[in-house]
Amino acid sequence: MTPELGQLALILALLLAAAQCALPLVGAWRGNRALMAIARPAATGQAVFVALAFAILVSAFLRFDFSVQYVAANSNLDLPWYYRIAAVWGAHEGSMLLWVLILNVWTVALALFSRQLPEVFVARVLGVLGFISVGFLCFILFTSNPFGRLLPMPPDGADLNPVLQDPGMTFHPPVLYMGYVGFSVAFAFSIAALLGGSMEQSWVRWARPWTNAAWGFLSCGIVAGSWWAYAELGWGGWWFWDPVENASFMPWLVGVALIHAQAVTEKRGSLRAWTILLSLFAFSLSLLGTFLVRSGILTSVHAFASDPRRGTYILCFLAIVVGGALLLYALRAPKVAGGKAFALVSRESAILIGNLMFTVAAAMVMLGTLFPLLGDALNLGKISVGPPYFGLLFPLLMLPVVLLLPFGPYLRWGKSDAPVLKQVLVRVGVAAVACAIVAAFFVQGQLKAIAGVAGAVWVGVGVVLYVVKRWRDMAPGRRYPAEMAGMLLAHVGVAVFLIGVLLSESLSVTRDVRLAPGHVAVVGGYTFRFDGVTQATGPNWVAEQGVVTVTRNGAPVAVMHPQKRTYSHEQVQTTSAIDPGVTRDIYVALGEPMDANHVEGAWALRLYTKPFVRWIWGGGLFMMLGGFVSATDRRFRVKRETEATQTVTGVLQESKA
Amino acid sequence: MFASIMLIVMLALLATAAIAQAIDPLPFRDHAEELRFQHLTSELRCLVCQDEDLADSNADFARDLRHKVFELMQQGESDDQIKQYLVDRYSDFVLYDPPVNSRTWLLWFGPLLMLLAGGMVVVYTIRKRTRAGTPAAPTENGDDW
Repeated sequence: MTPELGQLALILALLLAAAQCALPLVGAWRGNRALMAIARPAATGQAVFVALAFAILVSAFLRFDFSVQYVAANSNLDLPWYYRIAAVWGAHEGSMLLWVLILNVWTVALALFSRQLPEVFVARVLGVLGFISVGFLCFILFTSNPFGRLLPMPPDGADLNPVLQDPGMTFHPPVLYMGYVGFSVAFAFSIAALLGGSMEQSWVRWARPWTNAAWGFLSCGIVAGSWWAYAELGWGGWWFWDPVENASFMPWLVGVALIHAQAVTEKRGSLRAWTILLSLFAFSLSLLGTFLVRSGILTSVHAFASDPRRGTYILCFLAIVVGGALLLYALRAPKVAGGKAFALVSRESAILIGNLMFTVAAAMVMLGTLFPLLGDALNLGKISVGPPYFGLLFPLLMLPVVLLLPFGPYLRWGKSDAPVLKQVLVRVGVAAVACAIVAAFFVQGQLKAIAGVAGAVWVGVGVVLYVVKRWRDMAPGRRYPAEMAGMLLAHVGVAVFLIGVLLSESLSVTRDVRLAPGHVAVVGGYTFRFDGVTQATGPNWVAEQGVVTVTRNGAPVAVMHPQKRTYSHEQVQTTSAIDPGVTRDIYVALGEPMDANHVEGAWALRLYTKPFVRWIWGGGLFMMLGGFVSATDRRFRVKRETEATQTVTGVLQESKA
Repeated sequence: MFASIMLIVMLALLATAAIAQAIDPLPFRDHAEELRFQHLTSELRCLVCQDEDLADSNADFARDLRHKVFELMQQGESDDQIKQYLVDRYSDFVLYDPPVNSRTWLLWFGPLLMLLAGGMVVVYTIRKRTRAGTPAAPTENGDDW
């Protein structure tokens, strides 16, 4: 298969996407069922051609087709096959193709699982998704063609950035994009609702599982990225408040708010306009993230692309999508607050306050990320906004959320009784204080660590109390519906995450040392003995590999092999060695020989002990699981199954006629 | 087109020349001084890198600046004095912790303003909904959670 076929497939996909966008929307407007019926086949056809284009690019990488410029720039003969596949999304053009592919995966899933939704509504939803697809396919075809030829064909390609040659990188972009693009479904539902002028609660119920699943994927993608930064970059950090990290974090924060607002709207009918606005924001921030990363506007460790044409295109597309959506919102959003009334002490109020904190946090992250760009553009002088800014403001904004969290499940819709809440307050308060006092003895009075233990116990005990209460009160089988189980899992994730962040931040020890073979250094109670450097080889690299023996009180703990790799194209990359553990990680990175001519002599090493650092990703994975489990709730399907049979028979009759 | 490939290779070579020096053992007097140094260099920007702090940067420039910071610490200068020394030479851009001044008040107080504005909307909404009528009594069958 030649690359030109890939190009052709993309052009055909663009035409089908245009059909999927325009015809069903017109059909829904004019009440023309034939036009509406085009939505599904057009979406399926588009997906087939996009998948074909993607497969052709993958096969070009696998066959070392260096006549394709993108392949030549991102792979070479020495690169193992699994990294050649990952190289498909290792740079700009391929990752845009991946974006569109994933958009098609969501669209086809929606087309398949929406048989029971009203025809007009589905036509509008698929039409909106088609519009987004048109935008991205045009972007690929006109500014970022991955199938461009390179003649004469070079004998070998350049190398994939060695930083990206890591298992985490094969996994991180697709999962992150599943999350980003997944919010397009909630976006499309909202636009369809605005277009149709129907603000019934039912469309929110249809949108909820999609939003929960997308948010679960986004959580997973962020965890994978954070893990990759920790394991691969060699600095032992897990979050740098880098603009590209922030770009994925903003939709996540708005996603949290959206998931909760959708619950209110679906169950009580309140906050309809706000739920719609949040779904517009969540997807707009996903697009903004793509823009920030892909336009080259940021000079950050992640942003590889730089081409003003691309930047201008995405900015215009962003303006059309966001501006258009907000305009539609301004014209059509429900003006009258509907839904049931609620008192001050109610679950609605608590969710509203949580929503406020999460949206302000997202806005704060956006302000901090864009402020240096604004200052630069307006000639106010260059300034840097980094971890000290975010690290101060973010915890302050999240404090009320953590404080409210144990009460969430106990609060009733509409109006809550104070005595129950007081009981919960006393129990979780006593537990948190008691554990904090015990912890104080173990952590030498480190306030941050004590706060971590107290916060985690506060949240965790709240969840456990509720689990016990349900177990006692309810009959078997009705205790934990999937929706609730997901909520409980995600909230436990918050407790686990708090332990991980605050304990590892406050108790980690880092030391840069110079060690000659046989010498030792003591860090955080562990003794590190350096046993010299040997040679190691991999598929496309050679490495100097240090041997570090770790002991504690004389007992062996681990033998670690940090490497300094030189890849086939002379790129150097340190690969740190990590000894994982539930309560602590030991982490060693190899620097330079102190004397470049004597590699058998002393070397510079960075040694870390990181207590509880794994709990950070553990917490994130619990949250992810919560999103997925909630999405499977039968309540989102049961009512539709009865309707489904009717629709199917209806369709059958039609096809017979 | 071949030129662009060459450019990538050249850039890669340049990167190679200046890598793997972030691990930089310095003769600290005690652990407290080492912690102070780690904290200070993590709040300073490596000006030639793409969004990296001094502590983690492999660039030669960052190493020189780290050594300067270390030297100033040995001369008994405080953190603020060292920051001022760097700001005088490299402007506020070197600080990851931007100072509060007329140019940055929006950055520092913007989130507070948003919180206040949003808070007022929330209070207004709750008040309106409280007065909208008697909240429906929650059903007690346990499914309405």
